Amino acid sequence: MTDPTAVAAGRPGSGEASPARQRWAAQARVELVLTLRRGESVLLTFAIPVLLLAFFSFVDVLPTGTDDPVDFLFPGVLALAIMSTALVSVAIATGFERQMGVLKRLGATPLSRGQLLGAKTAAVVVIEALQIVVLVVEGLLLGFRFSGPAVGAALGAAVLATVAFAGLGLLMAGTLPALTTLAAANGVYLVLLLLSGMVIPLSELPAGLRQVAQALPSGALAEVFHGALGAGTVPGHAWVVLAAWALVAPAAAARWFRWE
Amino acid sequence: MSALVVDRLTIAYGTTRAVDRLSFTAEQGEVLALLGPNGAGKTSTVEALEGYRPATEGSVRVLGLDPVADHARLVPQIGVMLQAGGVYPGIRPLEALELFAAFHATPHDPNALLERVGLTHVRRSTWRQLSGGEQQRLSLALALVGRPRVAFLDEPTASVDVQGRQLIRRLVRELAHEGVCVVLTTHDLDEAEKVADRVVIIDRGRLITQGTPNELMSAGGSREIRFGARPGLDTAALGKELMAAVDEVSPGEYLVAAEPSPANIATLTGWLADRDLPLADLRAGRQTLEDVFLRMTQITGEVPAVRVDPAPAPRSRRRRSGGRS
Repeated sequence: MTDPTAVAAGRPGSGEASPARQRWAAQARVELVLTLRRGESVLLTFAIPVLLLAFFSFVDVLPTGTDDPVDFLFPGVLALAIMSTALVSVAIATGFERQMGVLKRLGATPLSRGQLLGAKTAAVVVIEALQIVVLVVEGLLLGFRFSGPAVGAALGAAVLATVAFAGLGLLMAGTLPALTTLAAANGVYLVLLLLSGMVIPLSELPAGLRQVAQALPSGALAEVFHGALGAGTVPGHAWVVLAAWALVAPAAAARWFRWE
Repeated sequence: MSALVVDRLTIAYGTTRAVDRLSFTAEQGEVLALLGPNGAGKTSTVEALEGYRPATEGSVRVLGLDPVADHARLVPQIGVMLQAGGVYPGIRPLEALELFAAFHATPHDPNALLERVGLTHVRRSTWRQLSGGEQQRLSLALALVGRPRVAFLDEPTASVDVQGRQLIRRLVRELAHEGVCVVLTTHDLDEAEKVADRVVIIDRGRLITQGTPNELMSAGGSREIRFGARPGLDTAALGKELMAAVDEVSPGEYLVAAEPSPANIATLTGWLADRDLPLADLRAGRQTLEDVFLRMTQITGEVPAVRVDPAPAPRSRRRRSGGRS
């Protein structure tokens, strides 16, 4: 150690914040690094979708209704990946940040709430982009053929779904204790995984359950992905459902989120 | 302009008043200790200054700004150390410092500050792997990295080892020397005595007394001598010798109602020497803050709720000071 008095820890600075973009970028970087450092988050966002896609493509046990299971599974797993990142990962991380006083401490820095949300959004977008790259490469290797590649529609649905899922994740994180959020997010993940036509086609579900599934953001996202990337037809009600969740969920989070 | 002004601050949670018409001020370059037992309202007061909770009644101003209404203008100028936590569990010390530095226009160099608080050896560890004392040091560094004008430190030395305490106290003194206003809360009387320029004692949300440690310790105590010796001395005989009342206020702890003049001290020690009685300690004129605290809380007519830091080996002077049973 060099001379410990080398730093005058006392002298006050200019008393000004750094430029807003610098604050946002620094926060986004930390959000991203910490997400990629958390083992359970990487498992959830990368390992599980990749393994599901590979396993059920090789082991043709699911009633996918397509000649090659990957044709059904690829759009579904893509939807699952987006849900993992925007809903489950955001909910768990934010829940613990709230419980550990991280959000409280950030509240006494020049980082505004808007910048914090913007940083979280940026981190989610980057992780989703990485997921899409990984899954597209895997899907192509497994023999997926883009038969109706309406990429624009798929991207639009991905944006709406991300907003809706992140809104729901923040709503959970901002109202429930961290451990409850952890359990609830994982529970919701499992239910939505089974009920959303991601790996099990909606046509296989009983009629009542199917209608519930179609009204959920996860079901609607899977429907758009299946249509836009595979069969070529996107049911109009799926867009309505996605748009409605993308409005309601963030509004509810903004209304009920408690910082402490 | 005072660095901070607290004017008849009241903070109520439902019908409970955590802070009750509390007023004090602090200046730039001054270390102010908010001293009181647990639950006295210290954290509520500091959190009102940091803008976390609005005043139910009264007002607070920090650098002339309202901490809630002028939040965005105030936060670049303050540094905050929460009582616990506040840091991402998976972040490394340097990453945390770099993040907080990036929020400010003229921050300290994170590497140099990390070295200053003695954490370079744990630079590869994450927050959750740090010991309690290391976490406190990092929290302190995070409060300072933006080079604040006012620093709020809530129980900065709680769960910190002796070496860490000294480091933190040194940093606090250095901050004040450079013109920063430091507000720290503590329930450790010894800490307040060592580090503060001014002490504000509160209990149950109310101001008990305030002043410099010297003022508080010399006020009202100049006409007495306190000493410790074997229990059961013949106080009547000693009183006759000193021509003053001598009380055994607790076993082995004596209070002499006489001026602590050299002559009186000589008489006292002479009397003990004649009887070959060893003297455990002797205090004249000056009280410890603990004496002040006990006396002041008794004056308010309520049972003093003193909880002295459960230090493993209290110094003899504190163990022997009077009034506590």
